[in-house]
Amino acid sequence: MPDLPSRPSSWGGLSAILDTPMKRGVAIVVILVSMAVAPLLFGQYATVILTNALLYVVLALGLNIVVGYAGLLDLGFAAFFAVGAYTVGIATLHFGLSFWLALPLAVVIAMLAGLIIGAPTLRLRSDYLAIVTLGFGEIVRLAARNLRETGGASGLSGIDSPWLFGWHIRTPLDFYYVFCVLAIIAVIVSVRLANSRLGRAWLYVRHDEDAAEAMGIDRVRVKLAAYVVGAVYGAVGGAFFAANLGAISPNSFSFQQSVLILMAVILGGMGKIPGVILGAFIVILAPELLRDFGDLRLFIFAVGLLLIMLFRPSGIWPARSRR
Amino acid sequence: MSLLSLQGVSLSFAGSRVLDGVNYDVPASQIVSLIGPNGAGKTSLFNCITGFYKPQQGSVRFDGTETLRLKPHQVTRLGIARTFQNVRLFRQMSVLENVMSGMHCRTSAGIVDAILRLPSQRREEREIRDFAEGCLSFVGITEGWDRDATTLPYGWQRRVEIARALATKPRLLLLDEPAAGLTAGEKLELIELIRRIRGERDICILLIEHDTGLVMSLSERVSVLDHGVMIAEGTPKEIQANPRVIEAYLGVEDGEASLGL
Repeated sequence: MPDLPSRPSSWGGLSAILDTPMKRGVAIVVILVSMAVAPLLFGQYATVILTNALLYVVLALGLNIVVGYAGLLDLGFAAFFAVGAYTVGIATLHFGLSFWLALPLAVVIAMLAGLIIGAPTLRLRSDYLAIVTLGFGEIVRLAARNLRETGGASGLSGIDSPWLFGWHIRTPLDFYYVFCVLAIIAVIVSVRLANSRLGRAWLYVRHDEDAAEAMGIDRVRVKLAAYVVGAVYGAVGGAFFAANLGAISPNSFSFQQSVLILMAVILGGMGKIPGVILGAFIVILAPELLRDFGDLRLFIFAVGLLLIMLFRPSGIWPARSRR
Repeated sequence: MSLLSLQGVSLSFAGSRVLDGVNYDVPASQIVSLIGPNGAGKTSLFNCITGFYKPQQGSVRFDGTETLRLKPHQVTRLGIARTFQNVRLFRQMSVLENVMSGMHCRTSAGIVDAILRLPSQRREEREIRDFAEGCLSFVGITEGWDRDATTLPYGWQRRVEIARALATKPRLLLLDEPAAGLTAGEKLELIELIRRIRGERDICILLIEHDTGLVMSLSERVSVLDHGVMIAEGTPKEIQANPRVIEAYLGVEDGEASLGL
């Protein structure tokens, strides 16, 4: 048989470059060390920006499971981010729960929201899902803006920063390391899901729904699982976001927010974990690096995005290694 | 007793009748064929059996269970597997991963098992892989398992599709024109493979096929569908001699030719 390219993996080419456990080990150590020393090298302002980038890594990896793995276009992902943030805000401020009790509550509520939105709409074709999720995103934002419990347009403030075994997670540096851990967990969970029975089922359903059903795969159930896992990622990100800032307002959960996360997923390369991480860093760091251009920076950013999509429509990260 | 039994199955699309009161029985552990001119409703009948189409009337019973209300994936779980007329392998996935899809309905690991990599999950993953590899070897594909399945030569893709169907551990296998596009040599291998599936795995086989030579040499019973009506049923010999069948195949003389008389 002719020498055919092997199929692209969720590592997108990386698995070919880092083909031995030794190389992988070295790569992991390099990444961990640079994560650990980065704030010391770049100073406090950069630490805050990097923390935000790591938050987007978590959010984008979550949306990647929905969009990249299962092929469901979700235009309201910020809604789950909001559910996580507001659950923590309300539970700690109004009910006096500790952050670590509010966190699982946020996860459960996001799962319920995912099931309620997903169960009826995932039976339909994916175009409808895009419309419903768009609406859901707006509903959550408008509800947050108008309810008394969520503090209306000004939002909630004075959310306590959490304690962990006697460590008061309080300074920007503390939160930077917390988000490092979160991002690492998000990557591990994404990898493990991708290489599982369920992860394969997402790909089967994405590529050919009928053939997947003929193989005995319940497509609605499988899609719902992806949607709910994505919701949990969003809620966890939101919960730590609220704890980090101490204050949240409806403006943080706009449609633009959903688009930005979606952009991170598509920009780097849907379904490819390193690509999605790269995408998350680009959407956060690029506007910062372009700050010198003043009013032009969003324009330059937009042109850059258009060029990337024009010349690399399947994302920046290479799908396959060239051999 | 019949493994599969259809009673008065009628299917219409937008007022045009595709299947008209079809009665059909498939006895256990046999190789049976469904033939008929193009547009006779053969694939539609397959789709009714596998739950993709919902007939307006009639009943489909598989091993005593009514399957008409079931969704396709539930029918597969029950033990009916199928291949498609136009090969439909999963793109951008390896040969092995394609076949592993069949094991989905025979396994159960979920989100939490996958995240925590529990021993039960790892054991199950090994089981899925081993069974899929066994199915691939069974259909004669012993190399290239990590290649993108849709880049394989066509004849191989057909066999991967059969392996994928076998991985669902079916009791009845529906093959929709399995010989289409195959070379003469590949057809002989296919006949051999189908006999082995029945002989070694005790799986009952129902095939739709236009290659009458293949049908007649392989099948124990042949049924003929024409314009949505079952017009004849019998052994290959009886079918070849049946005047209604010959007529259905475009006039008497052409019909004789295409039935290999």
